[in-house]
Amino acid sequence: MRIGAGAGYAGDRIEPAVELARLGSLDFLVFECLGERTIARENQSRLNGVSSGYNPFLEERMRAVLRICAQNGVRIVTNMGGADPWAAGQVVARIAAEVHGAGYRVAVVEGDDVMEQLGSLQDLPLLESGEPLDSIWDTVVSANAYLGAEVIADSLRAGADAVITGRVADPSLFLGPMLADLGWSYDDYALLAQGTMAGHLLECAGQVSGGYFADPGVKDVPGLDRLGFPFADVSAAGEVVISKVAGSGGRIDRLTCTEQLLYEVHDPTSYITPDCVLDVTHVQFDEVAPDAVRAAGARATARTETLKVTVGYRDGYMGEGQISYGGPNAVSRARLAAEIVLSRLEQRGLTPPRLRVDLIGMTSLHGAAARAADPYEVRLRVAGTSGSERAARSIGEEVETLLTNGPCGGAGDFKLVKDVLAVQSVLLPRGLVTTKIRLVES
Amino acid sequence: MIVRDLANARSGDKGDVSNLIVVARSDEAFQHLLENLTCEKVLRHFEGIAHGPARRYEIPHLRVLNFVLERALDGGVTRTLRQDIHGKSLSSHLLTLEL
Repeated sequence: MRIGAGAGYAGDRIEPAVELARLGSLDFLVFECLGERTIARENQSRLNGVSSGYNPFLEERMRAVLRICAQNGVRIVTNMGGADPWAAGQVVARIAAEVHGAGYRVAVVEGDDVMEQLGSLQDLPLLESGEPLDSIWDTVVSANAYLGAEVIADSLRAGADAVITGRVADPSLFLGPMLADLGWSYDDYALLAQGTMAGHLLECAGQVSGGYFADPGVKDVPGLDRLGFPFADVSAAGEVVISKVAGSGGRIDRLTCTEQLLYEVHDPTSYITPDCVLDVTHVQFDEVAPDAVRAAGARATARTETLKVTVGYRDGYMGEGQISYGGPNAVSRARLAAEIVLSRLEQRGLTPPRLRVDLIGMTSLHGAAARAADPYEVRLRVAGTSGSERAARSIGEEVETLLTNGPCGGAGDFKLVKDVLAVQSVLLPRGLVTTKIRLVES
Repeated sequence: MIVRDLANARSGDKGDVSNLIVVARSDEAFQHLLENLTCEKVLRHFEGIAHGPARRYEIPHLRVLNFVLERALDGGVTRTLRQDIHGKSLSSHLLTLEL
């Protein structure tokens, strides 16, 4: 079977997915659009009534690929349902009716929302702070468990042309179709290992086919402006070959695969997913053809008794302001400007508890580490968080008023204030998570 | 000699943890990094950015060292005040470490 990656994050390019649907001879096209931050943002949008809780590009993506996928027999799997998979499923069914016609089956996976279960489990420790869940419960707005591959496989076995989910572990989005299509047992860990590894390599889409890789002169990548997204050929015996559409931009070789294999992996002997505990330390990559790499040797042990839950909670407000200075003495003027802003905030009694000053072009990325000569131009950035919206807003205002009250030649001001939705995690016993599949047909 | 002379790097984020993947360009380069690119040196290089602790994992046949730096992202992607909310640029900083 052949499975492609149509998106590696919420706002990813759309054309590579169209290319895969059209020319990739795929069986499945997976869109991974729900990062750690993304589900927080989509929950926030839903709460603020700004928009629905699903991926803002859902409609545009589906209009671009659904008809082609339906014609070519490519089934779609995506976590673009975000915080509201049912609403997203209905959108997809509506688009299917318009561009394809009747009889397109959309499966919506629910059950990742575990707010109700957590209500009576206030002692669960937060993995990041070590404090009990109770310590942030008053501000919690969402709690989503990472579901595994089985519910996706069940949806496909039920005849779905498209599977729309909320929070599902990224590799599981890919493993699900393998379980359904290749008849794999959910207890065959040798196969789950290979499938999970393949999913992990594919989940960030372009990051295995030359994206996030180029360093001109050292590691060159052709055609990043038309980067081809990857697909995997997976056999019933668990053989995996990663490749891309011939003629597309990018490159797939041992180096791109090696970098992506460890991406967001901590201990490489135990990468925990809902489906298994993956060990990638014996993985071998072989370049079997141009832009085609065989990946073998993944191992896995039994899945854990718990599922990871991302808990989103309100954590005050963040304010930010930026302004640029150029030409002679630019750095000194930017530093004077920063002093003025900090003093003004203090005079007004609005100094936020967390405050950060950066000189973009000098110290914003790696702190004081950069010790080059003064640049020709520099951009001051002041950012802070506070429980008070007024205090957070004042940061950008104090930067803006530098235009007429600060050092000479301040230019290109910008300000921003937003509410902060933070995330932490808890582990929830599997038995407390009940998944449900609802079908809707065009 | 700096790390960039011997290796490529990629960074990933999870919560407040940054992992820095270092891929050596040759077996000799890997051996040199194995002996010289220690967690202590990396944490010193990331002073003021990553507070640690740090762990190092090795996959010799892929010539990979994977550094896992705790408390590296100012609270993580949803809370950080940094411009680089994911720590995507931290791999570039590692490449400048003097061996």
